[in-house]
Amino acid sequence: MAGLTLRDVGKSYGGLSVMSGLDLDIYDGEFLVLVGPSGCGKSTLLRMIAGLEEITDGTIAIEDTIVNDLPASKRELSMVFQSYALYPHMSVRKNLAFGLQNMKMTKAEVARRVDEAARVLQIEELLERKPRQLSGGQKQRVAIGRAIVREPKLFLFDEPLSNLDAELRVQMRVELASLYAKLGTTMIYVTHDQVEAMTMASRIVVLRKGTIEQVGTPQELYTRPANLFVAGFIGSPKINMFKATASKIADGIHISAPEFEDFEVRGLERTVDDVTICIRPEALVLGGGSIQVTAEIILVEYLGSEILLHAKLPSGATVLLQTSGKEEYARGQNISFGFETSDVHVFDHNGDRVAFTHEEAFA
Amino acid sequence: MKTNVTDMTVRDKNAQIAHEIRLGQKKRARRARIYKHIFLIGMSIVMLYPLFWLFASSLKPENEIFSTLTLWPSEFNWNNYTEGWNALPKSFTVFYMNSAIVTVLSVIGNLLSCSFAAYAFARLQFNGKNLFFALMMMTLMIPYHVVLIPQYVLFLNLGWVDTYLPLVVPRFLASDAFFIFLMVQFFRQLPRELDEAAMIDGCSPYKIYWAIILPLSLPAMGTAAIFSLIWVWEDFLAPLIYLNDIKSYTVPLALRLFLDQEGQSIFGQMFAMSVLSLVPVIVFFIAFQKLIVRGIATSGMK
Repeated sequence: MAGLTLRDVGKSYGGLSVMSGLDLDIYDGEFLVLVGPSGCGKSTLLRMIAGLEEITDGTIAIEDTIVNDLPASKRELSMVFQSYALYPHMSVRKNLAFGLQNMKMTKAEVARRVDEAARVLQIEELLERKPRQLSGGQKQRVAIGRAIVREPKLFLFDEPLSNLDAELRVQMRVELASLYAKLGTTMIYVTHDQVEAMTMASRIVVLRKGTIEQVGTPQELYTRPANLFVAGFIGSPKINMFKATASKIADGIHISAPEFEDFEVRGLERTVDDVTICIRPEALVLGGGSIQVTAEIILVEYLGSEILLHAKLPSGATVLLQTSGKEEYARGQNISFGFETSDVHVFDHNGDRVAFTHEEAFA
Repeated sequence: MKTNVTDMTVRDKNAQIAHEIRLGQKKRARRARIYKHIFLIGMSIVMLYPLFWLFASSLKPENEIFSTLTLWPSEFNWNNYTEGWNALPKSFTVFYMNSAIVTVLSVIGNLLSCSFAAYAFARLQFNGKNLFFALMMMTLMIPYHVVLIPQYVLFLNLGWVDTYLPLVVPRFLASDAFFIFLMVQFFRQLPRELDEAAMIDGCSPYKIYWAIILPLSLPAMGTAAIFSLIWVWEDFLAPLIYLNDIKSYTVPLALRLFLDQEGQSIFGQMFAMSVLSLVPVIVFFIAFQKLIVRGIATSGMK
């Protein structure tokens, strides 16, 4: 188990800087998920922590020891790759034992650890097979097995579930979570799938274009997104965004948007002029809410437990509602719905969140 | 009722037309197949004729070889094989041993050194990598005959002439750019994540080469081994230049001795020994071809 400290970390290829001035503390024993759109640098960051990619600026420290110049094998970490990267010419047993043998461990200890890992992951009957004789889920288990036999201080996962089908992904997600609960080792997990991020993480790091947009628990990211990017990235179905103008009133702002009647949001920390207001689809209540509006349904997505309604407001903007109602809806139907002003997220013209005074500042 | 009958006849007619079209297609397909086979068989005969001629001549009596056009010998002269084996001052057992030593060492040298160099080009980062790679590729374009004399002078000064060293040592120094290129191409398509997984598993670059890259490159190694063996086994020029003592002659050099002896050539025996000299190459090719096929079948990563 180990904590990790990244200070002012930068990475550039030739003259092209893909990451700069990145600071991040990873606590001992936490499950940290790096999430972001493709090309945001999350895999690069993971590979820099692993030692597979050199950093061009700053320092990476594992347990207060700077590891910038330490090769990957000396960092006492394990990594699970997206493609599993099992050695095709070795049996599962040899795949698991390979790293241990390189550590000059005794045969008995190697056998003990391999058997133990095989038992934990329920791959005992696969030990003599070659990787090509395994299904995707089995390969995934072996890849995880290869990581845990080394009993590392730190686990790194690079989109480990993205090659699996939907059902298996859910199953492996649960297994990974229980493995984490059992081992309690620090884990850093890269994914572009926000469901994986939300369900497994102790904390989530949202990255975009090589910079950290927000770090926080899943709840913090969902209920208090630090900026428009995080608000739009976290949460499915996607949050509704509307441009609006605001004017200062006592204890808050008066908002006028073409979509809605004017309303006031109180208890804000600061006042702003141009704002973007965001409302989660589930905060729009059919037939309820203090700020009401009517709209015409343009698309109905029936998902079984819930229904997503895409509707067109009189202003021409579209809005997304999530309802669990069992009623039937049809295209062209007019609905009226509303929201409470306390459910509105306000962002200033830079896209930064305007917090409420009653919110506790989070770390 | 009437309409039904018309329907039937129309349908029958359509069916008949379709049937005729299908029949025509089948006929044309068969005719095309026949032409194809005639062409292929014809080409095969043209390609194989010299081999047939060689084999036939190795069995013919001496006076028949160049005088008749027929391939079939009037009598089967198997003596050419038994007598040819011992017809020269040294037996062919010696020449085969010599060839085997040179070939085996050369193949091993080529495989080890070329794969080592290829690994560096394919996987490692070092200054001037592209320049060195380009230089190496340029050596492919230099004809052997251009470097022949400087090389001879070099080996003469080293005192290596009339030993196997000039034939074998360069192969251990990755002198054959063709094999390096072949292996670089193969190594490049092995997933880099395997190297990275091995790195995290505590492997040095040497260990990655030895434990991961080499075992996964059997197809490329098999191909290189086949070409290397054929080229070295059949090589005439280099042994001719560097080997003077008949005791150290390789098989191709020995075959030439049949033509020189006192102005009188023994063609039947020479052809018989030539046929035998092909045997190891063919055996090796068949053996390693299996390896190539198996290698390709087992290297599926995903």
